[in-house]
Amino acid sequence: MKKLGVPLGVLLILVWCLLPVVWIISLSFKSEESITAGNPGFLPGEGTNAGWANYDKVLTDPLYDYFPRAILNSIGISLIATLLSVIVATLAAYAIARLEFKGKKLVLSLALVIAMFPVVSLVGPLFDMWRTFGIYDTWIGLIIPYMSFTLPLAIWTLSAFFREIPWEMEQAAQVDGATSWQAFRKVIVPLAAPGVFTAAILTFFFAWNDFVFGISLTSTEAARPIPASLAFFVGADPFNRPASLLAAAAVISTIPIIIVVLLFQRKIVAGLTSGAVKG
Amino acid sequence: MSTTVQTATAQGKKAPRPEVSDRSRAENRLGQKLVLPAIILMLIVTAFPMLRAVWLSVFDYTLTAPDDRNFVGLSNYLTALSDDLFWKTTGMTVLYMLVTVAIELVIGFIFAMVMHRVIFARGVVRTSILIPYGIITVVSGFAWQFAFSYQNGFVNSWLPGIEDSFNWFGDTLPAFIAICVSEIWKTTPFMSLLLLAGLAQVSEDMLEAAKVDGATWWQRLWKVVIPNMRSAIMVAVLFRALDAYRIFDNIFVMTNGAEDTASISFLTYRQTIEQFQLGMGSALSVLLFLSVLLIAFLIIKLFRVDLAAARQE
Repeated sequence: MKKLGVPLGVLLILVWCLLPVVWIISLSFKSEESITAGNPGFLPGEGTNAGWANYDKVLTDPLYDYFPRAILNSIGISLIATLLSVIVATLAAYAIARLEFKGKKLVLSLALVIAMFPVVSLVGPLFDMWRTFGIYDTWIGLIIPYMSFTLPLAIWTLSAFFREIPWEMEQAAQVDGATSWQAFRKVIVPLAAPGVFTAAILTFFFAWNDFVFGISLTSTEAARPIPASLAFFVGADPFNRPASLLAAAAVISTIPIIIVVLLFQRKIVAGLTSGAVKG
Repeated sequence: MSTTVQTATAQGKKAPRPEVSDRSRAENRLGQKLVLPAIILMLIVTAFPMLRAVWLSVFDYTLTAPDDRNFVGLSNYLTALSDDLFWKTTGMTVLYMLVTVAIELVIGFIFAMVMHRVIFARGVVRTSILIPYGIITVVSGFAWQFAFSYQNGFVNSWLPGIEDSFNWFGDTLPAFIAICVSEIWKTTPFMSLLLLAGLAQVSEDMLEAAKVDGATWWQRLWKVVIPNMRSAIMVAVLFRALDAYRIFDNIFVMTNGAEDTASISFLTYRQTIEQFQLGMGSALSVLLFLSVLLIAFLIIKLFRVDLAAARQE
């Protein structure tokens, strides 16, 4: 019993996590015609395997030209938001982990509140404000909220990492006559890089994933990111979603996530678990 | 339970030493400078719009008639609070929260125990657990919607006792189940990772001692493991509960609020963005915000969640 428990558990986890992913891949190979007619079953039915046709269509057919554009938007917006958010969070986390100052509690409390904030509450006023400022339906209009909402996670993750750094090296640098700022830049930044990198991955996931801002603060393909674009996918028949095309687009949008996970799984797990709970 | 320790100033802690106070003043200034950008950014997108929502909520204001803005006081709130739809939706949202968090806690705990004990294939397990975490929620919603579809899905043929032609999205309960499945699938890994961190804190010595004293596996779980990771469990539940209360993406994609599956976030979105009722939508936004605060407060008070553990003070 005891010997079997863990392998069984592993199997359970693998099936749980991968089955829906395999399913969406399988669906993306079902031909469009068969989807319209009904093609039940886990794998494409007899003679209904469309090969790469669905992928080809969502990437090259002018009818779906908003999807490649959405990929571009998502990559651009997520990367810029991640970069800026991590810079700001690094400064804050360094201060929280290292310095004594008035207002430390305030920052942490604020981060906690923001992490729990009901995003939809902001949609109305932001929609209104962004149109007034002229940043509605632009990249910057999405980058700003993404930065704000990824900061708590980034700050937590980073301050957890920064507590683990051997700070004596910084003091050594200061003894050698470096200012706080120099010590920070020359000694700490290289040491902190792995933590910063992990925070960046988590931040990127959040931005890549966002749906609420994506549908509320954009109206055209100028800035519409992938999740919002997927939700507005229409096929030939407006009452019947083009499931196989959507599946193909979904698989494409999942590829970056899978690559990042494959390369950095250890870092991501460390980041998620260190930033959240400490006894 | 850790009590709050105020470490605001060096002077407050110990007698001020002249050579320290200069430094500590500089440190104080530097610290505040470094956190300022983060504070500003977090407030710009939350506090300011929230105040604006409070302001807009006392007007009868529709985007289709922007010049026709009338002050109506609290009438938007009264309308919302006296409407059955608002309460039904709120009830539904609480139901989503309770069902998904309860199931996730159990499955997440099992996953965490497996990951804690696993020796072989660690990387594989870690990689697969992160895929649902990283996948776009909308994609998860679509994947499950199509899986449950009787036209192109597989769930009906896999489940014994379910007609192949059964429409999961034709009635409230099955549609609710389908939405919960997608939500649970996507967020259980996150829960299990938080619980894994908690498990790592349970001392092996204690477990060994319990074993020597003849405690069964079940007793060890309830008497040693769970009490020792109480704060990790509570923080995970708090985070997930508030996250689940905001459920939106899956509902939007899978049912678009049909069959009474709408959540309070979805209702707010619909009023604001689809129907341009900024006044009413803002009133709902404020109510949504207040209900999240209330839930957070209740969870923290009821379970005495040690937030310091989450904030690492």
